[in-house]
Formats: sequence, structure tokens, C-alpha cells
Amino acid sequence: MRRTAFALAAALASALCLAAASDPAERLPDPAQEARARILFKEVRCMVCQNESIEDSEAELAVDLRRLVRERVAAGDDDVAVRRWLVERYGEFVMLRPAFSAANLVLWLAPLAAVLAGGLALAARVRSAGVAPEQLSAEESARLALLVRAGDGHDPALKSSPDDPKA
Amino acid sequence: MIVEFGAFALILALVLSLVQTGLSIAGRLRRSALLAGAGEGAALAGFGALALAFAALVHAFVTSDFSVANVAANSHSEKPVLYRVAAAWGSHEGSMLLWNLALTGFGAVLAGRGRDLPRDLKATAVAVQGVIGTVFLAYTVLASNPFVRLVDPPVEGQSLNPLLQDPALAVHPPFLYAGYVGMSVVFALGVAALVEGRIDAAWARWVRPWALAAWSFLTVGIALGSFWAYYELGWGGWWFWDPVENASFMPWLVGAALLHSAVVTEKRGALPGWTVFLALAAFSFSMLGAFLVRSGVLTSVHAFAVDPTRGVLLLGILLATAGSAFALFAWRAPSLAPGGVFAPVSRESALVANNILLSAATLTVLLGTLFPLIREAVSGEAISVGTPYFNLTFTPLMAILCVLVPFGPLLAWKRGDLAPAFRALVPALVLGVLAGLAALWLLTPRKAFASLGLALAVWLIVGSLAEAAQRIRLFKAPVSESLRRLRGLPRGAWGATLAHAGLGVFVLGACFETAWKMEAAQTLAPGQSLRVGAWELVLKDVRKLDGPNFEAETARISARRDGQEVCALNPARRFYPAGGQTTSEVAICSVDVSHLYVVLGEQREGADGQPVWLVRGFWNPLAVLIFAGPGVMALGGLISLTDRRLRLAAGRRREAKA
Repeated sequence: MRRTAFALAAALASALCLAAASDPAERLPDPAQEARARILFKEVRCMVCQNESIEDSEAELAVDLRRLVRERVAAGDDDVAVRRWLVERYGEFVMLRPAFSAANLVLWLAPLAAVLAGGLALAARVRSAGVAPEQLSAEESARLALLVRAGDGHDPALKSSPDDPKA
Repeated sequence: MIVEFGAFALILALVLSLVQTGLSIAGRLRRSALLAGAGEGAALAGFGALALAFAALVHAFVTSDFSVANVAANSHSEKPVLYRVAAAWGSHEGSMLLWNLALTGFGAVLAGRGRDLPRDLKATAVAVQGVIGTVFLAYTVLASNPFVRLVDPPVEGQSLNPLLQDPALAVHPPFLYAGYVGMSVVFALGVAALVEGRIDAAWARWVRPWALAAWSFLTVGIALGSFWAYYELGWGGWWFWDPVENASFMPWLVGAALLHSAVVTEKRGALPGWTVFLALAAFSFSMLGAFLVRSGVLTSVHAFAVDPTRGVLLLGILLATAGSAFALFAWRAPSLAPGGVFAPVSRESALVANNILLSAATLTVLLGTLFPLIREAVSGEAISVGTPYFNLTFTPLMAILCVLVPFGPLLAWKRGDLAPAFRALVPALVLGVLAGLAALWLLTPRKAFASLGLALAVWLIVGSLAEAAQRIRLFKAPVSESLRRLRGLPRGAWGATLAHAGLGVFVLGACFETAWKMEAAQTLAPGQSLRVGAWELVLKDVRKLDGPNFEAETARISARRDGQEVCALNPARRFYPAGGQTTSEVAICSVDVSHLYVVLGEQREGADGQPVWLVRGFWNPLAVLIFAGPGVMALGGLISLTDRRLRLAAGRRREAKA
């Protein structure tokens, strides 16, 4: 077995990825349309490449896709129409930004859900800590009062707490 | 013979790992210092054996011994010596050997240096480290042995991968692996603490230096890989949200969360369960990375030594190791005390917020990487998750984090006060807003989000310095006293300040470069020129200039600004006949901290039949900061590592007192 997969993949990447989209031979005459096409390229996957947008790839398919996207833009399609056209023709796989659909709900909402869950956990932790003193029973209060009087706040055990900056 | 010696040393290392595990467990159970000490000795000897095995493999590569299958497949006699050495870890087998070298190396340091650890905890940790070593060494010996000989050795090696012949890539894997595998000690200490049922401030203090070292190595390793992609792949991109990049980024994010949560556990005894969870998660993500990169389940521009059969084995190792650790966690964690209480506004809350955001970011990267697999397995539909997804999810999370970062160090433990923190941050706020507004007004094209990013970056840098300024009473006390206080600042505080400021430096570079980079491409005949922003690139000529193992076309380009030549650039296209590959050698001219980045494209026929060359020029403003920022962060980690608190044997003194 040869372990040249890395070599091959890396070499392919180097041969194919030379900021292909800026090739003057491909450009649209209208700079505004060209700029829009270039932004769209970044969202479109070069499907035969390892993991690249058609903006970055020099593969034949990427060249074709760039030509097609430029044609749509030149024909006056807006961004949404170009995206829809691409998905109809090549499937969802072609878009690097997954659709906000039911099947992708987990993908899109998980980050938000994680932050909310974390925030709720923190709030619960802080609140339970805040309520704690009120839950001191009568016995505990009495013991505390006793301790405060007896030790006068100079409990030697407290000295070796991890808060001590000299520890 | 040296190769056979290497094979023997590798097997010896496996046996020693087993012995290390057995002796350490026996030492722990019988409370025998002799047996536990012998287990530590086995860890040291295991590292020695693996170092010899590694040296034997490097020797085989340097001497181009093509009777070794791994050398024949991954090297070539025409490679320069440095890259023959680097090729030793460029393959699946070799990289696993490097992984094991780092693993036994960290194990040896744990065994040899961790004298201040309590005896029981240490014996258990060394045993766990031994188990991890045994598993990975067994994998290497049985399924991925780099010392296999060929019956019929070829005259010449097969690979002369030009992209790997690069100094940054030669040192990138050692740093990355030191980071990945450094987390194994954190993992071992976490499992040991769960077994011993003791997770307290002292434990967090023992874990922190390991986490710091591993995280710093990982930071450097990721930055080097990114820098390599930046100048080698030839279009100036430095981060692609590629699965392989994500695989190294997840342990980094978890490691960063762990560093902060361990501070809470160390200073306040709080969050012990969460800290140990992160300690287990960091190395689990490292192992996930090792699996993802090698299994071929994901496509990647960095696809590395892909082999699905062995990928299954790695997945098995990951599931068994991480699975049993988390099962142990689920069993033991409920009995852990929650630790100290704190108010909503406090250092603890700030650090918990940091952890929430970093964990959510990790989850985002994990989902973004694995979701296409999940969707395909569930419904058979293929989807892609690329940069646009991460820009919409990961980036906002990090932006919120950047807003919060400067507050953390300014808040007191237990119950903080927002008003003084705000006052200390007024300069940062003012400068940040000014920077953002200036960017909005002065820079073209006008970009609102990038201007906001710029404001955040300045806020981060100045805000990180605010805490140091407060500590030395800058402008509030005489200069002499401020200087005296400056010298007295603990290294840990310096480390945090630098790491936070480094993040700001990175954000500054990343935002600026992404938003205001300029590019132009044109076919040029000698004597013609191309404009990129304020620059004029004049193509002087293109010459054939062959190297030791390649043929090259090298252009001489003069970069002029206002008619004055600022630098002479020599971008090249190389053809390597041995592999039939073409690569592009980018020429970069650093102007202050910005890059003028020039690529020589293919030769074409011009209008009059004369040859012309496609030349691409990029102006990447502040690009240096993208790589300098992580450098400053790693430096902060290392300075923190030299803090007295971590060097002094806190635990030993405590035990002596008891």
C-alpha cells in the first residue's frame, strides 16, 4: 500500500488553487456584476475538489461553474435566483452555506441552544447561591453566632485557604 | 540493522508501557513506593526506547534506505536533508511514531518531574498514561509499523512531494503533536482525580501547567499550519474551515476553556466537575482529530495519509478511551461538591461566561465538521458546511467573547463591582470606538462589520493592558512606584495580559486583512505592469532557473509605490519531474506589518504571439498580525508557565504541613 494520498491531495490542491476566479480572461465587463459574482463564488462548492469554493479552484468544473454563475448574473438574476438555480441543478451539496431548513435545524440552532443552556445553568448556580443564606436554619444560625463569638473571626483554618496569595 | 534495532526499540516501548501500567497499578493498590517508583522508571525507559526507535526511522530517511517500505513510499534521494528528516513524520506510520514519541515524552516528564503530586494520585495518573501509551503503541506496532522492510527494494523513492518541502511544514507537526498529546497528561490527571475522588484547588494547580504547555504548543502548531497554507497554497487564504483545520482547532478551544475553568477551581475550589470534564474532553478531541485526519471520512484540502481500515481502529481507540473516561466521570461526578458560591457579577461568573462561549464555539465547530456525515447517514442527502456557516455562527460567539474578555481580570472573586471595572476600561472603550469610526470613515470600501471588528480588536488590546495598568497604579502613583510594581507583577498576570492582547492583535489582523485586502490579476509581457491599490508591479522578465530537483520559471518583478521601487519580488512556478507536479512559489514583500503578495501564473500567448504571463498581486494589509497574534498568545502561555506559583511545589509543602 502506498501512503501517497497526502502527497497527491496536497499537490492537487497546489496545482488547482491559484486564486482562479480573478483570471482576467473570465471577467465580466460590468464591475458591479463582476463584484456580485465574486461574492457568490465564495458560497459555491467546487464539487470535484477536496474542500474548496469555486472562487479558489482552477479545476475544470470550477471554471465551468464560474462561467455559468457569471452568465446568470449578467442575465440579470438576483443572488437568491442564482442560488436557487444552482441548487435545482446540482443539489444542496453545491452550496457551502447549508439551507436554513427543518433537516438542518440542529446545525443552525445548536450554537444558540448551547449558549442559552449555559446561561441558564449559570443563572441557576448564581441564584441558588444567593438563596442559600436565607435557608440557614435556626440551629445553624445559633451555631454560627457561637462560632463568630468564640473565634472572633480568627479561625486558623481559614488562613491556609487557597485564596491566600502567599500560598 | 539500525532499522531492525528501531523495530525492536518500538516493541520494547510497547512492553515498557504495559509494565508501566501494571507496576503503577500494583504500586497504587499496595501503596508501595517501590512498585510505583518502578512504574515511573518504566515510563522513563519507555521514552528512551521510543526516542531510539524514532532516531532509527530518521536515520533510515536521511540515508534514503529504500528497503524500508515507509521510506520508499515517502521519500526520494533528491530531497534536501531537512525535508528527508521531516518526511519521517510526513506519513501515517511516521506521524503515529511522532505521536507516540510525544506521548511517552510527556509521560516521562510526568513520572520524572511530578514530585509534588500526592503519591496515590501520581501512581494512578502514571498508570492511566501507561494505558494510553499501550493502546497507541500497540496500534503502531501491529497496524501502522514504520519499520516494515520490502522484499524487493526499489532503486528510488516514490514521493518527492514539493508542498511538503517547506521549513514551516517541517516544524508544524512536532508542535501540533506536542499540543495534541500534551493534553494526554491533563486527561490522565483527570481520570486519576476521578478514581481517587479528589478534585480540589491543589489538583487544579497541578493540571494547569500541563494544560498551559499543551495549549501553547497547539497555538504555535496551528499558526504554523495556517502560515504554511497562506504562502504555499497561493491565494493568500489562511483559514478555510477545513475539517483538518477544525480537528486541530477543537482541542485548542477546549484547552482555552480548561485553562480558564482551572483558574476558578484553583482559586475558589468551584466548578470541579466542569474542570475535570474539560480535562477529559481536551484529549478526547485530540484523539478525534487524529481519527478524522487519517480516516478519510471527511474530504479536506489537507487530507492526510488516508486509510479507512486503520481509521476504524483509531475510532475504536477513541471510543474505548474517551468512552470509559466519560463513563467514570458520569459515575463519580455527582459526588463532587459544587464548591464556593459567587455573585452574578464576579470573576467566577466572567470565567463561566468565557467557558459557555468557548464550549458553544467548540460545539459549533464540531457540528459544522460532522453534520454533513450525520445528514448523509440519516437521509442520504449530501450537504456542505463551509465558511459562510462558520461566519454566521462561530464569529458572533467569538465577538461576544471579545467584548467580555477585558472585564474578567478586572472583577474581584466572589462579588465584583462593575463600576470600577467600567472606569478602568474607559480608555479602551474610547479608543475602540474611535478606531471603529475612523475605519468607517477613512477606509474604502466602507465595511460596517469589519469596522466593528476593528473596534473590538482595539478594545481587546487596550482593555487587556488596563488590568496591568491598574495593578501598577499607572498615572495614579509616581512613575518610580509604578515601575517598582511593574517588576513585582506575577508572571501569571503577565501571561494573561499577553494572551488576551495577542487575541486582540489577531482579531485586528484577521478583520483588516479579510475586509480590505486588494487583488488584481492580469497577463503581462515583460515591461508591462499591473496596479494593485497604491502599488505598481512591473514585470521585468521571466527566466528559467532550475533548482536541485525541479525546473522553474522565475519572474523578476519590481514593486513600486509613487514611482519608487520598494522591493524586488521573484515569484516562481516550479515543475517537479519526479512527481510530475507543478507548484507556485509565492513572493512576499513585507511592508511594515502588511504583505504585498505576488503569484506567477501560467504562460499564455499574447495578442501579438509573444508570450505573456498571468501575474496576480494581492495587498494584504496587516497580514503579519494574523500570525503574530497567536505568537503573542503562545508567549503569554509560556510566561505564565514560568510563574512561581506553578513552579513551586505547593502540594509538597501542604503535605509536609499535614
